[in-house]
Amino acid sequence: MTDTPAVRVRGLRKTYGDTLAVDGVDLDVAAGEVVALLGPNGAGKTSTIEILEGHRDRDAGEVRVLGHDPARAGLDWRTGIGIVTQDGADLTELTVREAVRHFARYYPEPRDPDDAIELVGLTGKADARVRTLSGGQRRRLDVAIGVVGRPRLLFLDEPTTGFDPQARRQFWALIRRLAADEGCTILLSTHYLEEAEALADRVAVIVDGRIVAAGTPATLGGRATARTLVRWADGRQETDDPAALVASLTRRYGGVVPGLTISRPSLEDVYLDLIGDPS
Amino acid sequence: MTTTLGRPGTRPSAARLGLYRAAIELKTFFRERDAVVFTFALPAVILALLGAIFDGVYPGSDVTSAEYLAPSMIAAGIASTTFVNLGTGIATDRDDGTLRRLRGAPMPPSAYVIGKILMALVVTVGETLLLLGIAVVAFDVRLPTDPARWFTFGWVFLLGTTACALAGIAASSLAGSARSAGAVMHLPYLVLAFVSGVFFTPVGALPGPLITLGSLFPLKWMAQGFRSVFLPDSILPQEVVPSWEHGRIALVLAAWCIGGMLLCLTTFRWHGRRGR
Ligand SMILES: Nc1ncnc2c1ncn2[C@@H]1O[C@H](COP(=O)(O)OP(=O)(O)OP(=O)(O)O)[C@@H](O)[C@H]1O
Ligand SMILES: [Mg+2]
Repeated sequence: MTDTPAVRVRGLRKTYGDTLAVDGVDLDVAAGEVVALLGPNGAGKTSTIEILEGHRDRDAGEVRVLGHDPARAGLDWRTGIGIVTQDGADLTELTVREAVRHFARYYPEPRDPDDAIELVGLTGKADARVRTLSGGQRRRLDVAIGVVGRPRLLFLDEPTTGFDPQARRQFWALIRRLAADEGCTILLSTHYLEEAEALADRVAVIVDGRIVAAGTPATLGGRATARTLVRWADGRQETDDPAALVASLTRRYGGVVPGLTISRPSLEDVYLDLIGDPS
Repeated sequence: MTTTLGRPGTRPSAARLGLYRAAIELKTFFRERDAVVFTFALPAVILALLGAIFDGVYPGSDVTSAEYLAPSMIAAGIASTTFVNLGTGIATDRDDGTLRRLRGAPMPPSAYVIGKILMALVVTVGETLLLLGIAVVAFDVRLPTDPARWFTFGWVFLLGTTACALAGIAASSLAGSARSAGAVMHLPYLVLAFVSGVFFTPVGALPGPLITLGSLFPLKWMAQGFRSVFLPDSILPQEVVPSWEHGRIALVLAAWCIGGMLLCLTTFRWHGRRGR
């Protein structure tokens, strides 16, 4: 791996007519890193990812993906990129195997198509027509096609939408394997906080086209240093030193403190706080 | 900087990928019942129906209405398997994400075009054979033995197929979505089939303004060219002018090839409704 970041974005802006979809995004993804983009509907995740994929024009900003500007990069650059889009309705008349095998042909050193199908757990459906797949199976096919060319950088736009819990766990294992064993760099968007927490080395929260927070899942939004909330039957208090507070409470109650809970904000608390949810 | 690029090794050539595309396109075409029924089977059904309905012999010749219809229907069949087929097919590819997925892979754009053209060519040859078969078996059309006539068939087929294919690729950009594509492509096709003297025979009996309209498009000239291959000269009084006008046919079809190519190059869009 080189020291060049896989993705480097500075001041990215994108408007559709009057809609400002991306408003000055800065983002770095180091080679081999797994980064998750979190954000509410319409925040600008897909717009950002599509610009990085070279599928969309930008209005302003500097973008480098695998060292090249995606708006001008050629087919050799494409051999290193894997793409799983949010909405594909194509390939319906082909079988799973025919579709994956066909896309393997475009790449200089593809994975064995059957391995790619196995990797996403679709082996049992390899000879089924794509049109007969369930929503989650269809997304898994999209992932198989996305990884069949052995990409060095993989873009996944809400890859697990429609997955059942077991399929989601399998998918997480696949992503970890791609990152750990093959050094694949991954940028994914998701609405699932536990997914970001489970997979990502770093999380960026995007709201109204702007990155409002970025960091590891453990430190996001000052989560690691946030004051701890101690609650008990007759009261609650935020503190930097929960141990001291609990000790004094124990003395006050002369033993067991009724209804004692000690909590740090969950990723979900931090996230909802970041996107300005009033609840 | 090359270290930051993709995998080493050489990418497959555009020509080879074009062949793979053609195989996938053909599979998809023949598995889609709508496409097969409306673009492949419909011209054959119309030939069988109209051939059975029309009757009589044109005065001054021994040509029956069905014999007159058959070569014209071959021209309409070609328009269906090129113009309609490519127009709806590409509009659908743009709408359902096919083009976006292909553009995301290291596919040279020419591979897509080669695949589409080869697919249309195979389907068109199949269509032509099917229509010829019906004409020979059901309507006693005799295949010419004179090589000069087959030479005419060859160049009319090539120029006509190319012109209609390019027009279809260009027209695909007019359809806003896959669902509207069928209507957008079938309307001009059906109108032209009437004003070119295919569904209405003989062409010379059409009202003047409609003849003028039909003469602007390739279908009329293709049909005329195929009639010159299969019909005796004794039918010429039923044509718009009493001559097969081979020179003019070649000229109009070639002009459509060039114009269609220019239209394709200027209007073709890879992205769908959602824009860039
Ligand atoms: N092609 C388009 N034309 C016009 N507006 C668009 C287009 N694509 C996106 N937008 C607008 O840009 C904004 C950002 O959209 P985007 O699809 O990037 O959001 P997102 O974060 O991916 O949302 P989701 O979680 O729902 O997928 C939205 O307000 C959307 O309505
Ligand atoms: Mg999105």
